[in-house]
Amino acid sequence: MAPSSGTDGAYGPGALKRPKRSPGRFGMALVQGCAVLTVAVLVFIIGYVMVKGARVMTPGFLLGSPEKMGREGGIFPSIVGTVSLTLASVIIAAPLGIGTAVFLTEYTQEGLFSRIVRFGTESLAGIPSIIFGLFGFLFFVIRLGMGWSILSGSLTLAAMMLPTIVRTSEEALRSVPDVYKETAYALGASRWQTVASVVLPTAMPGIVTGVILAMGRAVGETAAVIFTAGSSLRLPKSIFDPVRTLPVHFYILAREGISIENAYGTAAVLLSAVLLVDFAAYYILHRISKKRPVARR
Amino acid sequence: MKGEKMASMSRLQAESQVENRIGGPPKVEAQGFSFFYGKTQALKSLDLTVPENSLLTIMGPTGSGKTTFLKALNRLNDRVPGISHSGSLLLGGKDVYDRDVDVATLRRRVGMVFALPVPLPMSIYENVAFGPRKRGVSSKKRLDEIVEEALVSAALWDEVKDRLDSSAHNLSGGQQQRLSLARVLAVDPEVILLDEPTSGLDPISTLKIEELLRVLSERYTVILVTHNPVQAARVQGEVAFFYMGELIEKGPAASMFVRPKDKRTEDYITGKFG
Amino acid sequence: MNRKEKFAEVVLTVVGLTSVAVLALIIFFIFREGAPFFAEVGLGSFIGGTKWSPGKGQFGVLPMIAGSFFVTLGALVIGVPLGLGCALYLSEFAPKRTAAILKPLIEILAGIPSVVFGFIGLTVIVPLIRDRLGGPGFSVLASALVLGIMILPTMVSISYDALRAVPQVYREGMLAVGANRWQAVTSVVLPAARSGILAAGILSMGRAVGETMAVIMVAGNATIIPGSVLDPVRTLTSNIALEMGYAAGLHRQALFATGVVLFVIIGALNIVARSFVRNRVR
Repeated sequence: MAPSSGTDGAYGPGALKRPKRSPGRFGMALVQGCAVLTVAVLVFIIGYVMVKGARVMTPGFLLGSPEKMGREGGIFPSIVGTVSLTLASVIIAAPLGIGTAVFLTEYTQEGLFSRIVRFGTESLAGIPSIIFGLFGFLFFVIRLGMGWSILSGSLTLAAMMLPTIVRTSEEALRSVPDVYKETAYALGASRWQTVASVVLPTAMPGIVTGVILAMGRAVGETAAVIFTAGSSLRLPKSIFDPVRTLPVHFYILAREGISIENAYGTAAVLLSAVLLVDFAAYYILHRISKKRPVARR
Repeated sequence: MKGEKMASMSRLQAESQVENRIGGPPKVEAQGFSFFYGKTQALKSLDLTVPENSLLTIMGPTGSGKTTFLKALNRLNDRVPGISHSGSLLLGGKDVYDRDVDVATLRRRVGMVFALPVPLPMSIYENVAFGPRKRGVSSKKRLDEIVEEALVSAALWDEVKDRLDSSAHNLSGGQQQRLSLARVLAVDPEVILLDEPTSGLDPISTLKIEELLRVLSERYTVILVTHNPVQAARVQGEVAFFYMGELIEKGPAASMFVRPKDKRTEDYITGKFG
Repeated sequence: MNRKEKFAEVVLTVVGLTSVAVLALIIFFIFREGAPFFAEVGLGSFIGGTKWSPGKGQFGVLPMIAGSFFVTLGALVIGVPLGLGCALYLSEFAPKRTAAILKPLIEILAGIPSVVFGFIGLTVIVPLIRDRLGGPGFSVLASALVLGIMILPTMVSISYDALRAVPQVYREGMLAVGANRWQAVTSVVLPAARSGILAAGILSMGRAVGETMAVIMVAGNATIIPGSVLDPVRTLTSNIALEMGYAAGLHRQALFATGVVLFVIIGALNIVARSFVRNRVR
């Protein structure tokens, strides 16, 4: 271990002075550089897409129908498709995910059963989206006969979102102070009464944040959606109709070189939507971390 | 401030009565009661009787089993994995661990106030109405009556009557603790357990709570847990000294603090440990 | 009252089993669809075969396994040091306010859709490589760069948590004997957080192996075993996504068999990562 003081052993008047070259200065600069580089990449990506796409993002583009495979016209059906697919998947996944989290935190003690449930959610979290896509195609589209539709797509997306919602809800539920629960129980409340009237309301902001974050991921998902919701450019009339979501539309435009111009526009819309959702989530999280009621000490 | 005057008046009355009331019919009775967390024995064959409408202060150092005793009595310990017990623990002659005991009903009969004030994340009114609501009281008029009565008994009504709908988190620490007490009173319990209820409070709020307990012990069986012998002496009534899961001695505060029977009690109250 | 209680418990127990049920369904369907293929073509000629041309009935998936391997390796070489550096800066050196701003910013990276990453790769990185380094531009290098950035959020947030979990007294103990902050970090904090950082690396690896759309757009997707970092490459995931749209019969089964291979690799990675995380908890 190198001594941080420049003199060796003799504590003269200069002994407490800062050494000229402190060891590790290079290392510190290096890690700082990593952070700067990462943020620069982020800023570049967002800036690049926004600047290139801004020109295309006109009301006519947002509200118009695509023409000539998307070479001209707008992206309205894709916006409708993305919104309905995302909302439907949240409506399916949120109750299941929050319910699982309540089950894990309030209704079971650590044991074989909870370990199985936890193993299930954690494994699900690691599965690549393309596998979800394959599964959704085999199971919902073909086996259950739902075809390429909002329904098939949202069920597949819901399965993908489940682990995120379970994890964030579980964190939020575990952060509810135990004395709240003890107080409710001590007043003769039953388990469900305690959960419904004390635990869930207290954890709700954290749960909502998690659901919104999961929603943000669903908005941008491509691989799982392209095989389950289809790629139809028509405006969907019901949840049994196929849709082409924004990321799918963007992918097709860019990869098949149909219109790089409109691809930028679509990417800008997609990115704005994702960022908006993310900021909403962080805003809620930030507000609760400030306002969180904590039992006085 | 009218409430305060009333409280101090009844304090005088209460003090004169406390000593006389000892010897009523037993409300809480432990007979050879032991309690275990896994293999750790937290209570060792406890024998203890608390008469109806009396005030018992349990004092002892950390880990002496005071809180375990309280949480056994309302079975809040049920939530801890790996617990077991032996002997019997009676409430009004009925073992609380009997098979046919409904835990929710038991907990309504045995109210509990915790060390830290716990305002539930809702309004002052809803905090007090929480217990009655969960019991099934839904009439708005009846709830209003219960809430007012409980807040008056907890000497908090005058301070909050104009802002019942504001969040309970806006109250001061002392007010929050009296709110916790009102919340317990609203379920109309027979026994009130208090687990170091003043440990987070300033001296003035502490004295207020202590006065309240003396008043309440005329109508309820009150069991107060404290690690502070000075508080036990101040509150008067009966005092029990717990040490390492055992009841070392029990008697009227007046005599225990003047002439402790056991060396360990003497060491504790003179501050040699704890 | 009691019936409501029982009802809640039963409903929540059933709901709690959803994720396990979904996992079981996924495994069942993917394996069932892929299994006949293994029976027909044989595991050896599938895994070991170097030629993939479904038209001629050749189904060798080795180029894609190699592709996934090289691309992932490249992504780790780029993403792990960069991510660990970020995490170190955020947890050990950054002023509190700076960290409070930077951390959510980096997490936003995780929210950017993978097609957008792929598109940036397609319009910025691929031409850059083609013009400066030669080759088609669509390459192992381009894929590794894109994936290296994409795994950053995973790498940063999990190693950050691991570093934060190191008790403050460790650092103070080192500072008290005259070490500076960098020395305290390298000699005590990093070793103490090592298993968590390893888990972060493995989970990032899982991310990289499983990523599909971004890679398709920059990899070139040729079914050859790449000879250099500038050669085009096709990964397991791309193989499925590219051909699923029109595949039928044995060809389709071959794609599901590719899914099985992918599944097994991801499963193994997760199990390894879990064992590291568990060791850390103990």
